[in-house]
Amino acid sequence: MKNTIKILAAAVVMICVVSCQNKSKPNYQYMPNMYEPVSYETYGDYKVFPDSQEAMLPVEGSIPRGWMPYEYENSNNGYLQAKDSLKNPIRYTKENEEAGKELYDIYCAICHGGKGDGKGTLVKREKILGVPTYSDVGRAITEGSIYHVMYYGINSMGSYASQTSEHERWQIVQYVQKLKADLEGKTPRIDTEVVEVVEVVVDEKHEEPANDHQEPAKDHSNAH
Amino acid sequence: MKQVKHRNSASKILILGTVFLFTFFNPVYAQDAPAVDAAVATEASSGGDVAKGEELFKSLCAACHKRYKKMTGPALFGVADKYEKEWIYSWVKNSAAMIASGDAQAIAVYEEYNKTAMNAFPQLSNADIDNIVAYAMVPKADPPTPPPGTGSEVSESNGSGISVNVMLAILALVFLMLVVVLFLVNKTLRNFAEANNVVLPQSEGKTPIWKAFIENQFLVLVTVVLLMLASGYYVYGYFMQVGVDQGYQPVQPIHYSHKIHAGDNEIECKYCHSSARVSKTSGIPSLNVCMNCHKSISEVAEATATAEHSKEFYDGEIQKLYKAVGWDADSQSYTGKTEPVKWIRIHNLPDFAYFNHSQHVTVAGVECQKCHGPVEEMEVMYQFAPLTMGWCVNCHRETNVKVADNKYYEKIHKELSKKYGVDQLTAAQMGGLECGKCHY
Repeated sequence: MKNTIKILAAAVVMICVVSCQNKSKPNYQYMPNMYEPVSYETYGDYKVFPDSQEAMLPVEGSIPRGWMPYEYENSNNGYLQAKDSLKNPIRYTKENEEAGKELYDIYCAICHGGKGDGKGTLVKREKILGVPTYSDVGRAITEGSIYHVMYYGINSMGSYASQTSEHERWQIVQYVQKLKADLEGKTPRIDTEVVEVVEVVVDEKHEEPANDHQEPAKDHSNAH
Repeated sequence: MKQVKHRNSASKILILGTVFLFTFFNPVYAQDAPAVDAAVATEASSGGDVAKGEELFKSLCAACHKRYKKMTGPALFGVADKYEKEWIYSWVKNSAAMIASGDAQAIAVYEEYNKTAMNAFPQLSNADIDNIVAYAMVPKADPPTPPPGTGSEVSESNGSGISVNVMLAILALVFLMLVVVLFLVNKTLRNFAEANNVVLPQSEGKTPIWKAFIENQFLVLVTVVLLMLASGYYVYGYFMQVGVDQGYQPVQPIHYSHKIHAGDNEIECKYCHSSARVSKTSGIPSLNVCMNCHKSISEVAEATATAEHSKEFYDGEIQKLYKAVGWDADSQSYTGKTEPVKWIRIHNLPDFAYFNHSQHVTVAGVECQKCHGPVEEMEVMYQFAPLTMGWCVNCHRETNVKVADNKYYEKIHKELSKKYGVDQLTAAQMGGLECGKCHY
């Protein structure tokens, strides 16, 4: 009888030890000095910062490298001005369009739909409603207004300035314009001289597999 | 006496059972009735087609208007009582012109909503607008009052889990009783035998098994070796998992469900973790990114609630977000009072290892799930991969470098693949195993 009690006690202790492995706590480390950084880490929790959050807004007036001021103000007037006068500074190339598509599918398609018809997944699931199609007559979006809305957001749509760079936004503008043209049954704008270059590149790519081993010299010249 | 008791309990069970059954019928009627009534009522009161109006409302108006709640624009329920029909027609078709012409009502609304211009909808006919107004005038259906059945329904849905436990407990009890009965029978039989002077055969003269074991030195040796091997195995295993946080699943300050966002709603990972494309760190989204959608989504749909987490629970979590970001849902504006959400970092490489997200996400095109696991199925986020060096190195050995459309790799790939005599270079052959790549 005593033996059974001892065995039971041992089993209980074992179960306690095993069940105490807590998933919500990080594991032990061998040399915490080597694991924990000396410098402040991104999103770290350090007492020196307000609310002990390393993640803070940049100091007011600070300018990131490569940043250019956006001259239109966040108001109806600014919107109308941008709609009329703001033009896309990038060239409308195939590459830019593809880059724009990639970004569009990440940030915009979830509401605006892959085709820009305002039927993204969130709209179909009735989470967010009333997303207009890009061919909406009343809005009549232009490259300037597309950029302006991405920069500041409008009504229920938030600003995407924190998730994208200026160049990326303009690439998205190009792609949105392409979608708009597709919806309206027009041909999307592609800057002409660039089209020829793109075609040449495409042709070379088709030939490449055949020439791969025969003409390494030619490929080298392309790489440079 | 006993029998009477039994009959009582049987009738109780019967009554409870019928009550339970009836509760199933209630919700069906409770939900259907008011909706039908409301639809009928409005069809009669206004001229428009509610169903067509709903379609138009959802595709055109819902971006800025809700029926019973202020959004970017006013709540539209009751709009037909506030304004003349003709006024509504011209407002919807071109509100800016009305404001410009100095219409008092138009200017009042414009001023009230911080001079937010309403888009013009010249494509809508008067009949369309009638339909929309008809839809907007449908009174709010009473929130489905929790029918008396819900309580029992919940217990019913959990019932399967409970019943399994109960069954197990009963089984355990039965086994226990069997064991006890066995002992008792044995004891009484022995007593019986003693009383009848039957001599039970005694097993004596044999050496006990432990003594035999100790006397056999070979067996002892083998056992000791086996024990040492086993303990060595476990000790090795224990030391190897120190510093590995696989399965780490902390409780976050806001219950953010990746399953709902990335799984059910198919939001791209990079929508929120946008800096994974371009920087070392895969950013934890700042709250303005949450508000991109949650400005208009202030509560979850009924269908989102699960047995584990109720709708009230999820709505409460959205309220936590509003509190942290300082969003006043009633006035649809930011109060400016914010507080940080202190997310707990799960994936954390030691300081002596360097890892860059953009290199893997953008250049190599590695799927997020490759390292982070099926995040779109995780209700609560946990660490999927061990994040050990062996794990990194293994992937570098197996994964081919993505060279397509990347001019940067063209030359080096050509030369190295010639050197190694392969068509496709792995990350390892490209130098992905060099110490200095990750440790410096």
